[in-house]
Amino acid sequence: MINAESAPQSIAATVKTPPVASLHDVSLRYGKTLALDAITLDLPARQMVGLIGPDGVGKSSLFALIAGARVIQTGQIKVLAGNMAEARHRKSICPRIAYMPQGLGKNLYATLSVFENIDFFGRLFSQDSGERQRRIEDLLLSTGLSPFRDRQAGKLSGGMKQKLGLCCALIHDPDLLILDEPTTGVDPLSRRQFWELIERIRTGQPGMSVLVATAYMEEAARFDWLVAMDGGRVLTTGTPDQLLEYTASDTLEAAFIALLPEEKRAGHRAIHIPPRETDGEEIAIEAKDLTMRFGDFTAVDRVSFRIARGEIFGFLGSNGCGKTTTMKMLTGLLTASEGEAWLFGQTINPKDLDIRRRVGYMTQSFSLYSELSVEQNLILHARLFSVPAEQIPDRVDEMARRFGLTEIMAALPDSLPLGQRQRLSLAVAMIHQPEMLILDEPTSGVDPIARDAFWQMLIDLARHDRVTIFISTHFMNEAERCDRISLMHAGQVLVSDTPAALMQKRGTTTLGEAFIGYLEDAAPEDKTPEPSMNSASEELSLPAHAKTAPYKKIGFDLRRLFSYSRREALELQRDPIRATLALLGSVILMFIMGYGITLDVEDLSFAVLDRDQTSTSRDYTLNLAGSRYFSQHAPITDYAALDRRMRAGEISLALEIPPGFARDLGRGTPVAIGAWIDGAMPQRAETIQGYVRGMHAHWLAEMAARKLGQSRSAGLITIETRFRYNPDVKSLVAMVPAVIPLLLLMIPAMLTALSVVREKELGSIVNLYVTPVTRVEFLLGKQLPYIGLAMVNFLFMALLAVTVFGVPMKGNFFTLSVAALLYVTSATAMGLLFSTFVRSQIAAIFGTAVLTMLPAVQFCGMTSPVSALEGLGRIIGKVYPTTYFLVIVRGTFSKGLGFAELQASFIPLILAVPLLTGLCVLLLRKQER
Amino acid sequence: MRIDNIRQLGIKELRSLTRDPIMMGLILFAFTVAIYSGATAIPESLNKAPISIVDEDQSPLSARIVDTFYPPHFLPPVMITQAEMDTRMDAGLDTFALNIPPGFQRDLLAGRQPTIQLNVDATRMSQAFSGSGYIQSMLSSEVAEFVQRYRETAASPVDLELRARFNPSLTQTWFGALMELINNITMLAIVLTGAALIREREHGTIEHLLVMPVTPFEIMTSKVWSMGLVVLVASAFALVFVVQGLLAVPIEGSLALFLVGTALHLFATTSMGIFLGTIARSMPQFGLLLMLVLLPLEMLSGGVTPRESMPAFVQAVMQVAPTTHFVSLAQAILCRGAGLDVVWPQCITLTLIGAAFFGITLLRFRKTIGMMG
Repeated sequence: MINAESAPQSIAATVKTPPVASLHDVSLRYGKTLALDAITLDLPARQMVGLIGPDGVGKSSLFALIAGARVIQTGQIKVLAGNMAEARHRKSICPRIAYMPQGLGKNLYATLSVFENIDFFGRLFSQDSGERQRRIEDLLLSTGLSPFRDRQAGKLSGGMKQKLGLCCALIHDPDLLILDEPTTGVDPLSRRQFWELIERIRTGQPGMSVLVATAYMEEAARFDWLVAMDGGRVLTTGTPDQLLEYTASDTLEAAFIALLPEEKRAGHRAIHIPPRETDGEEIAIEAKDLTMRFGDFTAVDRVSFRIARGEIFGFLGSNGCGKTTTMKMLTGLLTASEGEAWLFGQTINPKDLDIRRRVGYMTQSFSLYSELSVEQNLILHARLFSVPAEQIPDRVDEMARRFGLTEIMAALPDSLPLGQRQRLSLAVAMIHQPEMLILDEPTSGVDPIARDAFWQMLIDLARHDRVTIFISTHFMNEAERCDRISLMHAGQVLVSDTPAALMQKRGTTTLGEAFIGYLEDAAPEDKTPEPSMNSASEELSLPAHAKTAPYKKIGFDLRRLFSYSRREALELQRDPIRATLALLGSVILMFIMGYGITLDVEDLSFAVLDRDQTSTSRDYTLNLAGSRYFSQHAPITDYAALDRRMRAGEISLALEIPPGFARDLGRGTPVAIGAWIDGAMPQRAETIQGYVRGMHAHWLAEMAARKLGQSRSAGLITIETRFRYNPDVKSLVAMVPAVIPLLLLMIPAMLTALSVVREKELGSIVNLYVTPVTRVEFLLGKQLPYIGLAMVNFLFMALLAVTVFGVPMKGNFFTLSVAALLYVTSATAMGLLFSTFVRSQIAAIFGTAVLTMLPAVQFCGMTSPVSALEGLGRIIGKVYPTTYFLVIVRGTFSKGLGFAELQASFIPLILAVPLLTGLCVLLLRKQER
Repeated sequence: MRIDNIRQLGIKELRSLTRDPIMMGLILFAFTVAIYSGATAIPESLNKAPISIVDEDQSPLSARIVDTFYPPHFLPPVMITQAEMDTRMDAGLDTFALNIPPGFQRDLLAGRQPTIQLNVDATRMSQAFSGSGYIQSMLSSEVAEFVQRYRETAASPVDLELRARFNPSLTQTWFGALMELINNITMLAIVLTGAALIREREHGTIEHLLVMPVTPFEIMTSKVWSMGLVVLVASAFALVFVVQGLLAVPIEGSLALFLVGTALHLFATTSMGIFLGTIARSMPQFGLLLMLVLLPLEMLSGGVTPRESMPAFVQAVMQVAPTTHFVSLAQAILCRGAGLDVVWPQCITLTLIGAAFFGITLLRFRKTIGMMG
């Protein structure tokens, strides 16, 4: 049943019921990397099946395929008796599968509360409110999360996040539960509670099949059936006992190592810790009463410790207990609120670069440049730590060899599995051969062999090179290897001693139990109110009426749609800065543009080169200077000055009055006044031309009138110009309504584009892939809150226009509102459309800005009508919804029109909505590729 | 050593950028297609203006008047009736509607000074404002010419010789291309640095840098030079190949001087980008902040409408915006051929603004980044 050359296949033949999933010849490639290599495998139903193996062997890929989150490339996968390549089958069984992806709380929403998160998933599975309420209460009670139901998911500890993830997965009574490394990075107490919880759930629902991937071998011992994987292939399958028996090992960890191909095992040897020589006791790190407060929350509370040079000092504690914050204070990233710390006897000073060269630091999050290759990352860090240039190639080679990076030197970190990325992170932290290493959970997710190798190296460094190592970890066997450990909880150090002494004090045989004991002593209120087995199984087996129809609707379902809307609205509400910007942004911009952009050209600077210097020439000048359009600057003395001042942009109009101007005028000899206009801004130049011509004619008429006593209106005809809709010819009246369509496009489009791309980046998009929500529901659901927001914006702006800017609303406001609703629907749909083909949030912002601002400002008739455009601009203008909304805005605001007169512009707006939405649905994928 | 850090970190920024195909594509778009379409699509302010004419006179003169409206300034006039005029204007079909009354020619020749009515859709702004003046002068000259065949009129005693400098035919393309270029320089400089900083914060890499023997000054300087260089190279390319080449816009002044000015402007705007990156806590916030900053920077800088026509308050506030000075520098050099003797104040101001943003950001840098985790 597995690849042919794998010997112990006989030990696996315990499958009696039809398999819950069966794979035939399944391969998966990411670019050039082969993640799964022709896997053929049957996974037994109604059992707890464990996939064991280090990271990057293909466990997650396999799960994503089984859950239907990823498109099958080659091979056949049958899950729950149907072909996963068929969309119909996927649709019909996805309500029976629950998938919890790898990464703490990856498919959860950080700003939503515990209750809201579960509620969101309940709605996705079309449960009505009574059912949801009951199920959520049950789940919260049995997971011990009830006291935290209103806490935001982002503020939960890792263990609680995973419990919440489990609640979200179990809300719809799945037949198949897929847990991808659910306990990676979780403290031992939470881990124990998590597995107990799974155990209880299984007792309550014996029919459920559970697939678990884990890198913790000790956890795998409690599973029913194991699949050991390595390098995209299956090593062997069988019960834990069968594996132990076959490999003649005591522990699964040893068994797994024994199963590995010879060449992988080659480097492995048992950890050897030579005793530490405690000479002079030079203190490398000392902390005294270190305290860190964030607002009224005390993250670290009077922590003190002394670490000797060459010592391996371990920090143990659950997530969020203050380990990372303490380390950040030691590195100078955070300045302590109180207390002091010394490195090598010197007070920590973030400006002291020399200290930093002596310290290597590795964070929980892999601080790697995902855009640089492995080799480039190493070289960059070597250079930044001033490793001499000639040593860099050797150093990089050495690191690559030690950490098994040689073969992936050209790869990008993001394409690497978790474990390899972390190895790279370690290599980066050690490249400058520091005297002290501060390692924040460096080994979670790394496979046993590499972990042992890494520890061996740490020990060598500590013992031989006397490197001080300050490390935090969740692994008990690693903690045992430390010279001393501190147990931390809720910002305080509970106890500090050697591992042996701690076990002795608690009277336990393992460090894990000692730790759990200390934790329970320290925080009785945090202790999960463990429900009794009986009540739990009753609650979790969920009464029969609930099981009847777990998936009601296959087609379009408003509840799922609103589930996304609700969540989006909540997220926006929880992010006050984003919400305020989104709400007030348009108002602020409207002020800026309303007042700033004016087409009334006034106060134009001009200067005169008066070569005549008579009262007549001065009169001519005064004629211009006296108008509100022109403001006179110091007279021009000569041509050079004229040229210079025009080039500098100081004057935009220069007049030259020739010598003898008054005399010639008096005699009736033809005479010409020269006017130079700055043509750098053509529009302004044209306006100036017009004004100058008008003033000139005016002056001539005045002259004639004064001289001859003639009537001033000596023209042949009267041209009666009626500026309609805006009789005072104020650009504000024309501008303000025109700004509304622009702002209603840009901000809503950007918000929706970001809302989808953000899910892609953070990983919660997986909920679209594996829950029954359809693409239409997802898109419309995300769109709705932003339509609402945009409409509020619209009302604000309309109100501002009428009150502050004093632009009268002459037409039918209802007509305008209907048009606005259609328009913002298109605008938000455009944002969604952009989001389907961009991947990063940066690109979404940039793309939306370019794709909305340019067309809306220039091609949609804001300053010149679309009919006056040419080329590409004209085509864009014709299809862009802004064009038509602009006509309606102007029609209602300035022209006093109603729906009847504007219906021609409504048609394109109405058409745009289904067209854009349809395109989005076509382009959005329901599975990852 | 410090110089080497700055160099290395800058190279890292450049490498990161080349790995982001969408960003590269957008840079390319912004400096080619966007400039080209931005330049060519902006029409002359009076280009293909839609006009309709109600000819109630049906005389040779009215026919002559109708014939004077032709492309490119106007679309061929649509002959309509008085009744149609209002609905057409309401629907936005016409910007201008000219009403020639009955007996127009007769009254004119009889010296009775008849009235011709010009209706303008004043919501059309630029076209309306400049077009009405143009039509008035066209009508006057047409009528004058017509009348001259029948009777003498006095010649104007003083001639006005109007000449537009730097852009004699007042071609909008020249202006549009340069303004688009300027706007894209500003936008990219802010986006590239600001968004990259946020991404580094979100990935935790910036924190990692801060525990290395690298100072915030080096980190910031590396971002300024690398992203500035990208934009500088892209704008030089766009200026030579797109603006001068494809669009055939004559550049009056020294290209080198303009690039020096651009470099100073980039110092200011990239610093500003980093500044915004320290303010925004997440990418969506940055996106919104960007909109709030970028729009006024571009619209109120004098690149779209003349600064002197803005309210004094706006003018004063915009003195601290780098774009204001960059626009005036760019217009002076590129359009008016000014030299360093003219644009040195702008250069100094840009440097000062850049230094101010850089300094403030430097002070905030460690504090805000440290608070992230």
